[in-house]
Amino acid sequence: MNALKKYFESIRPQFEKGGRLHALWSIYDGFSSFLFVPNTTSKSGVSIHDAIDSKRIMTLVVLAVIPAMLFGMYNVGYQNALAAGKLAETGFWAMFFFGFLAVLPKILVSYIVGLGIEFAWAQWKHEEIQEGFLVSGILIPLIIPVNTPLWMLVIAVAFAVIFAKEIFGGTGMNIFNVAIAVRMFLFFSYPGSMTGDKCWIYQSNIFGLGYDLPDTFTQATPLGAIAQGITPHFSMADMFWGFIPGSIGETSVVAIALGGILLLVTGIASWKTMSSVFIGGIAMSLIFTATGQSPIVWYEQLIMGGFMFGAVFMATDPVTSARTETGKWIYGFFIGAMAIIVRVMNPGYPEGMMLAIFFGNMIAPLIDYFVVDANISKRAKRSARK
Amino acid sequence: MANVIKLHKGLEINLKGKAKETKILTPASKEYGIVPGNFVGVTPKVVVKEGSHVLAGEALFVNKACEDVKFASPVSGTISAVLRGDRRKVLCVKIQADEQQEAKDFGCKDMKTLDADSVKQALLEAGLFGYIDQLPYAISTTPDTVPSGIYISALRDKPLAGDFEFELQGNENAFQTGITALSKIAPVTLGIGAKQSAQALTGTQNAEVYVFDGPCPAGNVGVQINNIAPLAKNETVWTVDPTAVVFFGRLFLTGKVDLRRTIAIAGSQVTEPAYTEVLVGTPLADILADRLVKKEHVRIINGNPLTGHVSDLNGYLGAHTSEVTVIPEGDDTHEMFGWIMPRTKEFSTSRSYFSWLLGKKREYDLDARIKGGERHMIMSGEYDKVFPIDIFPEYLIKAIIAGDIDKQEQLGIYEVSPEDFALAEFVDSSKLPLQQIVRQGLDTLRKENA
Repeated sequence: MNALKKYFESIRPQFEKGGRLHALWSIYDGFSSFLFVPNTTSKSGVSIHDAIDSKRIMTLVVLAVIPAMLFGMYNVGYQNALAAGKLAETGFWAMFFFGFLAVLPKILVSYIVGLGIEFAWAQWKHEEIQEGFLVSGILIPLIIPVNTPLWMLVIAVAFAVIFAKEIFGGTGMNIFNVAIAVRMFLFFSYPGSMTGDKCWIYQSNIFGLGYDLPDTFTQATPLGAIAQGITPHFSMADMFWGFIPGSIGETSVVAIALGGILLLVTGIASWKTMSSVFIGGIAMSLIFTATGQSPIVWYEQLIMGGFMFGAVFMATDPVTSARTETGKWIYGFFIGAMAIIVRVMNPGYPEGMMLAIFFGNMIAPLIDYFVVDANISKRAKRSARK
Repeated sequence: MANVIKLHKGLEINLKGKAKETKILTPASKEYGIVPGNFVGVTPKVVVKEGSHVLAGEALFVNKACEDVKFASPVSGTISAVLRGDRRKVLCVKIQADEQQEAKDFGCKDMKTLDADSVKQALLEAGLFGYIDQLPYAISTTPDTVPSGIYISALRDKPLAGDFEFELQGNENAFQTGITALSKIAPVTLGIGAKQSAQALTGTQNAEVYVFDGPCPAGNVGVQINNIAPLAKNETVWTVDPTAVVFFGRLFLTGKVDLRRTIAIAGSQVTEPAYTEVLVGTPLADILADRLVKKEHVRIINGNPLTGHVSDLNGYLGAHTSEVTVIPEGDDTHEMFGWIMPRTKEFSTSRSYFSWLLGKKREYDLDARIKGGERHMIMSGEYDKVFPIDIFPEYLIKAIIAGDIDKQEQLGIYEVSPEDFALAEFVDSSKLPLQQIVRQGLDTLRKENA
């Protein structure tokens, strides 16, 4: 440890102002604070600090996403084997490694493009590299279909990091969730590749793992099938455990719930936001079932599509959600209800969660405005009375 | 039956090295120093010259904004130095103490004959008026302000803070006299803690006593005011440290300025944490002589680790300081992979560490490291959990950072002082210097409104 620390201290002058590697200061600083807890001491205000910091929070969110990611990789292999009719003879590890190899390029692209832009931006602005993209980077590959071409992902990530995050001021300043911005960009720019029947199952083998499927092969997600008027042939158990086609990380209720429990126990995600998304979704589903506009029962709505993933990982993003405690209830309810409304009432979009979260991000400041305004009015009335 | 107010928001930080309730002796010092910077908002005008002789109670400097407000010397002696810093800012007035101490006699006063103006006059003459602070702006006040009330908090609940109930022993008469004197100017409200049971506190005359039952910062006078009678827009109130009330009482009882106070010497780097009786302005080197575990890589704080000012062995005991705490600096600590290691020795309100499982009695030896880089605000709701004032702290901080004065006024900046944000600054995962931000906001606002 001490030897490593001494090494870092010895090369520090090269990266500081005047040093020959000053252009790479952000990289040095990023790695240094990755390895060592910064031991700068406080210069003003409190002398002691809570041990919590932004890195710890982001680390925990990434840990919480890992079960969904691992299951998603396995499911990619499972769906491919199922489609080829070779489920019985394919082993667990073969399916998992096939899925791993299919998903890994997307994860790498997401991190390399996103972090590359962030490092460059931080260097340009002479600021510390911030950890926000560690979370966005793992969420992005999990909300896209496995057949998304990598070049599309590069453009989308670059777009989202620059125009949905950095120009607003970086981590903590963005209005829209970065992962949602990536999905929106892909969805509206390349709709053919993001929806329909062809994008959900991986079509070819990788290094001998997996199976080649005919070009004409199609498979719809349960929501997609219902939108076309076909009854999906997946059982409730399939949908609950996640053995259905869909975006890479969104299918398994169990895997997502594990992550959700970690986030709730550690207090990183707001239980108010998470629970009100569910409450809003359930309320709207019950209304639609009662009026006969949708054949889907409320618990099916919750486990189908990206509802769980959005509720647990994306609606709870503290920067883009409502920030007042009262506001969180309204914000979450709005997202849950909106997701179901878009699903049921809009024939063009079988999945409504992405749009619901995007709209939620838009109105979150408005919700908070009214909550804070109530406090302001109370104070003004009190002053007027005295 | 006293009024009881229960507060739920806040945080108790259990630090190692709490002062035991015993007194240890600190001999009188040869040199004393008064720092004008202790009196927030005061631009000092020094009225003594190097080499001149002063008696205890005579003015060393006055408030430039109102020259009636004098600041008294704690001892009689010769002015040895007037230290100045950048742009001739007065840093410290040093006094070489006489062998035989002599105090200026302002005359004993009979409480029954005094009215508001004569109380103010007496305090101004004796150089004690500047010990009174005010809200809004959380600064040292001037006699032209008309307070709607005077608030005193006898509850010192910050980590390692000196307990006023212990200090009160032997000073009960002076405390009551001080309260009676202040009550002639405006109604006095005294806030005490649920565990404070001394008759001199619970049975205080000429004051309304409120019992605050809750975690830190229930002892903050601003928190108490907000939970009793929140300030209106153009209202001014005075806030007085309870030890200053004792100083006032001693003035009226004996006619002399006696700035002796009982402070706690506490912290994990103090060999035997205890209380000691010293004068305001005592050199910290004398207070901490032979009482430190080690002299390098320690942080000496004039006050408690949340709201105190960092000092060193060349510093002097501050005018409002009720404890001197010494904690490890931490700049020689190299921890690896902090973002994933369990770090069981660390204290955190977050359940991503383990201190929440290890019980409330466990004591922590926290050092002065920030333990993270400064970020924009990311997590929401962190400040609200430790902020028992009816204000949205996050929005107020954002309005101050953005310089939006109208918004600051609407959100209640006149009701807060920087110390109210100390716990929020402690728990902040984005490591923003909240107290500094609030102080800058208040100073800007004071300039705008002047």
